[in-house]
Amino acid sequence: MPSPVPGHRGPGPSPGEVRHHRTAGRRGPTARRRAARTGQYLALLGYLVFLAFPLLWLVSTAFKPPRELASLHPGWIPDHPTLDNFRQAFDEQPLLRSAGNSLIASLAAAVITVAIATPMAYVMARHHRSALSRAATGWIVVSQAFPFVLVIIPLFLVLKEVRLIDSLSGLIMVYVVWSLPFALWMLAGYARAVPRELEEAAAVDGAGRLRVLVSVTMPLLTPGIVATALFAFITAWNEFFFALVLLKSPRKQTMPIILTHFIGTEGVADLGPLAAASLLATLPSLVLFALIQRRITSGTLAGAVKH
Amino acid sequence: MARRQDGTHGAWFLVLPALIPILLLSVGPLLYGIALAFTDSQAGRTDPTQWIGLLNFQDLLRDTLFWESFRIGLVWAVAVSVPQFLLALGLALLLHQDLRFRWLSRALAIVPWAMPEVVVGIMWRLVYHPDAGVLNETLGTHRDWLGSLSTALPAVVVVGIWARLPQVTVTLLAGLSNVPRELHEAAAMDGAGAWRRFRAVTWPAIRPIALAISALSFIWNVNSFALVYVLTGGGPGGRTRLPMLFAYEEAFRYGQFGYAAAMGCVLVAVVSILLAVHLVARLKGDDEA
Repeated sequence: MPSPVPGHRGPGPSPGEVRHHRTAGRRGPTARRRAARTGQYLALLGYLVFLAFPLLWLVSTAFKPPRELASLHPGWIPDHPTLDNFRQAFDEQPLLRSAGNSLIASLAAAVITVAIATPMAYVMARHHRSALSRAATGWIVVSQAFPFVLVIIPLFLVLKEVRLIDSLSGLIMVYVVWSLPFALWMLAGYARAVPRELEEAAAVDGAGRLRVLVSVTMPLLTPGIVATALFAFITAWNEFFFALVLLKSPRKQTMPIILTHFIGTEGVADLGPLAAASLLATLPSLVLFALIQRRITSGTLAGAVKH
Repeated sequence: MARRQDGTHGAWFLVLPALIPILLLSVGPLLYGIALAFTDSQAGRTDPTQWIGLLNFQDLLRDTLFWESFRIGLVWAVAVSVPQFLLALGLALLLHQDLRFRWLSRALAIVPWAMPEVVVGIMWRLVYHPDAGVLNETLGTHRDWLGSLSTALPAVVVVGIWARLPQVTVTLLAGLSNVPRELHEAAAMDGAGAWRRFRAVTWPAIRPIALAISALSFIWNVNSFALVYVLTGGGPGGRTRLPMLFAYEEAFRYGQFGYAAAMGCVLVAVVSILLAVHLVARLKGDDEA
């Protein structure tokens, strides 16, 4: 499944692509081709601007002093850039504690998800015709379509019954189940890519079933497991809806919830600290995502459709 | 038969760790949620919850606010998904070309994707801000984009498009790698124009992945919550109150669990029907191919 995707080869054009365009160039009239090229670059520029301008504005706002934020003609680049907004953000809201809560919830969710998903994904990959594997695939597909509200109401009632409302443990349980479909999907793909012949060869050499799993399969699966865990971490770190419903006391709340506290009840926000805190909240998932992005895009949907 | 037994025999202990939480925390609550739709379950109720049959659904039928949010939800899902898909398709074809700065768009595309939805909402609030926002400053206007009845929904739709555009683009780009280059070149040699090459070579190759991602993104949009919750909270005057926001308020602000669950059931039904139509179209297409 983690098939090499040319789209992800990296910045440079491949030899094949270059040759392709040279032949095309020799054939077509140059002026028309140049016009087409210009159009393409304009479109690319438009895309880059559309992608980048909100981000740049967020960064700009985060570093602006109050006077510039209140001015009627806000500029792109702060005249007097400042870190005060970051300091103020920590003063106004319990950012550190909420980051701690987010970290605990996301780490626990990622570790537990992968720990319970890996064995099942392995079975799904090796016995993909079994009834169990089919049922699991069906559940994965269906779980994509369900409005969370239909699941969260009963979960809320049940968790309340067992006193796990307003606790990170309850949230972690929900996150685990929420990440499971995608984790199973990813991991089953990675497991399919482990050659059965290697396992069989080890078995012929007299290794027991567990031995084969531990010393042959697991090492080959590790990169996939790490990618899946990081993905589950990011998902939990960014999650908002379940945390909003399940966590009531500010002491327990995760970072996305605390961010909304910067926006007052009247919708009037303290813009500088809001932007500063938002930037900080984004950094961890951004860094992790950059590490695994290739694996996610090429490994999942593309692979799934091809198989 | 023997083989299957052999397969599942040793496998149960590998499957249980995942199967138990799936049954307890996913399948169970789902069935419970459907059951709740037929009860008068409420927050803080002292007398026992009772079965009330289809009463919740009858109330839903008459609830103009629900239908309004249902309509807004459909408008939102279509208005986001369709332009997003078309833009993404164009961009994927563009980025598939050998252009300079392609790496930059790839690098940038990661950011919206990895950002918490809450932050995306906050970021665009800053862009749309009546006084300190870059949009008014650039256009020389003085509008409250998110606060006025006429612009709120379009403004939110733009954010919806922005938020997942990279995701859809990169997925389609991955699909484009399936397109056999030789076929493309052969078609060009035969004098086929760009459009004919797209119709005859590119589209058939990316069709499965295009259908999959368009269905997924439609579902994601129907189920949107955080983005709009942060941007407008459903306002002004309910103009952006998507079904999920409506159901959330019913359940966790007014404590109407049974009623909100019924709403969830209606949404599931609609999404399932749309998905079924989509899948049938896909199967039919495969037959033709």
